[in-house]
Amino acid sequence: MHKPVYLDNSATTRILPEVAAVMRQVMADSFGNPSSPHRLGLEAERVLHTARRMLAGACGAREAEIFFTSGGTEANNLALKGAALRRVRRGRHLVTTKIEHASVLQACRALEKQGFTVTFLEVDSCGLVDPEQVTAALRPDTVLVSVMHVNNEAGAVQPIAEIGRLLKSRHSGIIFHVDAVQSLGKLPVHPAGWCADLVSFSAHKIHGPKGTGALFCREGLELEPLFHGGGQEKGVRPGTENVAGIAGFGAAVRLCAERREENQVHLAALRQRLLCGILAQIPDTACNGPAAAAPHIASVTFKGVNGEVLMHALEERGIFVSTGSACHSRRPEPSHVLLAMGVAEKDIASTLRFSFSPENTTEEIDYALEQLAELAASLRTLQGRR
Amino acid sequence: MAKIYLDHGATTPLHPEVLEAMKPYLTDLFGNPSSLHSFGREVRKGLEEAREKAAAAIGAEEREIVFTSGGTESDNLAIRGVARAARQRGNHIITSAVEHHAVLDACLGLREEGFDVTVLPVDGYGMVRVSDVEAAITDQTILISIMLANNEVGTLQPVAEIGKIARGRGVVFHTDAVQAIGNLPVNVNDLHCDLLALSAHKHYGPKGVGVLYVRKGTRLKVFNFGGSQERKMRPGTENVPGIIGMGRAIELAVQELDKKADRIRKLRDKLIAGVLEIGDVRLNGHPTERLPGNVNVSVRYVEGESLILSLDLKGIAASSGSACTSGSLDPSHVLLAMGLDHQTAHGSLRLTLGAGNTEEEIDYVLSVMPEIVSRLRSMSPVYAGQRRD
Repeated sequence: MHKPVYLDNSATTRILPEVAAVMRQVMADSFGNPSSPHRLGLEAERVLHTARRMLAGACGAREAEIFFTSGGTEANNLALKGAALRRVRRGRHLVTTKIEHASVLQACRALEKQGFTVTFLEVDSCGLVDPEQVTAALRPDTVLVSVMHVNNEAGAVQPIAEIGRLLKSRHSGIIFHVDAVQSLGKLPVHPAGWCADLVSFSAHKIHGPKGTGALFCREGLELEPLFHGGGQEKGVRPGTENVAGIAGFGAAVRLCAERREENQVHLAALRQRLLCGILAQIPDTACNGPAAAAPHIASVTFKGVNGEVLMHALEERGIFVSTGSACHSRRPEPSHVLLAMGVAEKDIASTLRFSFSPENTTEEIDYALEQLAELAASLRTLQGRR
Repeated sequence: MAKIYLDHGATTPLHPEVLEAMKPYLTDLFGNPSSLHSFGREVRKGLEEAREKAAAAIGAEEREIVFTSGGTESDNLAIRGVARAARQRGNHIITSAVEHHAVLDACLGLREEGFDVTVLPVDGYGMVRVSDVEAAITDQTILISIMLANNEVGTLQPVAEIGKIARGRGVVFHTDAVQAIGNLPVNVNDLHCDLLALSAHKHYGPKGVGVLYVRKGTRLKVFNFGGSQERKMRPGTENVPGIIGMGRAIELAVQELDKKADRIRKLRDKLIAGVLEIGDVRLNGHPTERLPGNVNVSVRYVEGESLILSLDLKGIAASSGSACTSGSLDPSHVLLAMGLDHQTAHGSLRLTLGAGNTEEEIDYVLSVMPEIVSRLRSMSPVYAGQRRD
């Protein structure tokens, strides 16, 4: 069998060898508690500091604006609930979109139960939010707007900078949160340029370890912590820091930042090659999402083919893809993202997500194309006979 | 220079076998456990094996184990989770004055949500009185949270008895066993607890991962929302290498427990005896009912911080109390609750022993300590005044 072709990099990525080496070294040698007053503690604190500097540097932030969390889900929860609950006296209205990650949507649902009202904005057929719609949804009691940068299922890149600019020019007091979990390392990420107050990141989507993420929180902005404890991360995120994980995150950020531009070109070329190949060679296929999507995600509908069956058939040939977000893979419900984009339910069941990493090669894409064409044809014949 | 680590209460070095277990999950086994393909399934299998190990170590069922990002999150999930879920039944919570900040602050934070929190006092050894717990229970009480072993002074609490009482009164009982696991037997059934918090990095596992044991039938309201990981109690892509590490670490922690604890206890007693010989030194915490590796003393006329710095210069890593609050200038809330005055509390030194410590190391510490203490005392105006008297 062909060596594994992993095209599910939006679910998670392989840890880079350099990242794993940094983590192993930290775990073996710098095991101190960063809060400890002795040398080992200081050493661990230094490890955190280096990682903080990497992430701050990569997004043009100050080190004091980076708060490490246990991952993207926690960063999103901390951003939304932390900001909203601190501002209840100003208002109880939030604006977000229908295509956000579950951690944002569910945090909003939880806030609804606490008396907040949430406007979930529609997107167009490409999965894009209209900035004018965002401002039109604002109310005098709106406290926070949350829009993701890159959608994890369709790859739509939202007009974040425009939304931020419009928002701040009209209502400077409204907090603007951006979930940048899928864009870090792939597209330029710059909270200041977006006029964003809060930006969420996750390490394992950029070849770093699972269990680590971060929240950019603009200096001066106060958040209600999700939970209490020691004074770590200035009390915003207490608990002994995941030092090795954070060190790995820092290393991954550094490597991604160094190679971002060449990676972006490479990823976009892989995506283009796969998409063009599919659309040209396999009849009745459609790409979901805009033409100018993120370079690493392609959502494709193979009409009349059961997506899950195709996914497993690909797996038998060494190709690993997904039917949508991994977080929901155990739920039979159709993707909320594709539904919001107006994709018919039967087509959603025929959709696969391909997501690329800089490690993928054109040879892998060609192999995947070949297998896809063969499998789509044979599955259609089989299903046609039934 | 010597390199003696006596701060195992703050964190422990990673066990080499734990690192070995984690390594494959830092390279080839990188899948997302929620992914349906083999990359995901393989990792999911490892995750469930770790869950089995954690469950076996504390006498729980696998489905009662929730992996979290650490002890702090586990404590918060337990306390706030139960309080918010049991809101309809009552609003009274009982805890103690010597809990870790994760517990204490989680409880006190609930006051803002209208909960009534009783913070029980402790005796001079830092021990909670069972009769106090019993007397504090009202028909409004929904939760009792008392730690198994104190992180600063090492005092063991009568948790099994408290658990029995809580069970009898139908009150949910949580215990923070972060410091206890690997040092003394921890069994959720013997302790009669409904919730129990653990943290991997206190038992030679990695930082950034913990466990909350949730007895089946115990209702929790969570504070993180997202995917359906950990049966929705703890959403977010799992910290796979961390969880694998925790599984192996907890498996190792409970192996030959008595033998390991006896060895460390002997070293501890030697260290305590030697330090007390310096004179004007007070042992904080219970003389016998304490963690096998915990030494906590107040050295009169000396600032704890200067003592720690001097020891550090001699290659000895120690602390003044909890690492989490080491940046703060406030004296330890635990020592104050035990009735120590501010000055004595400020002079506290915590030496916490662990698996790697040897008798030679203890001898070395005892050989340098008297000199350090007398030097620091000679610079202390308070001590000089004392001598003139």
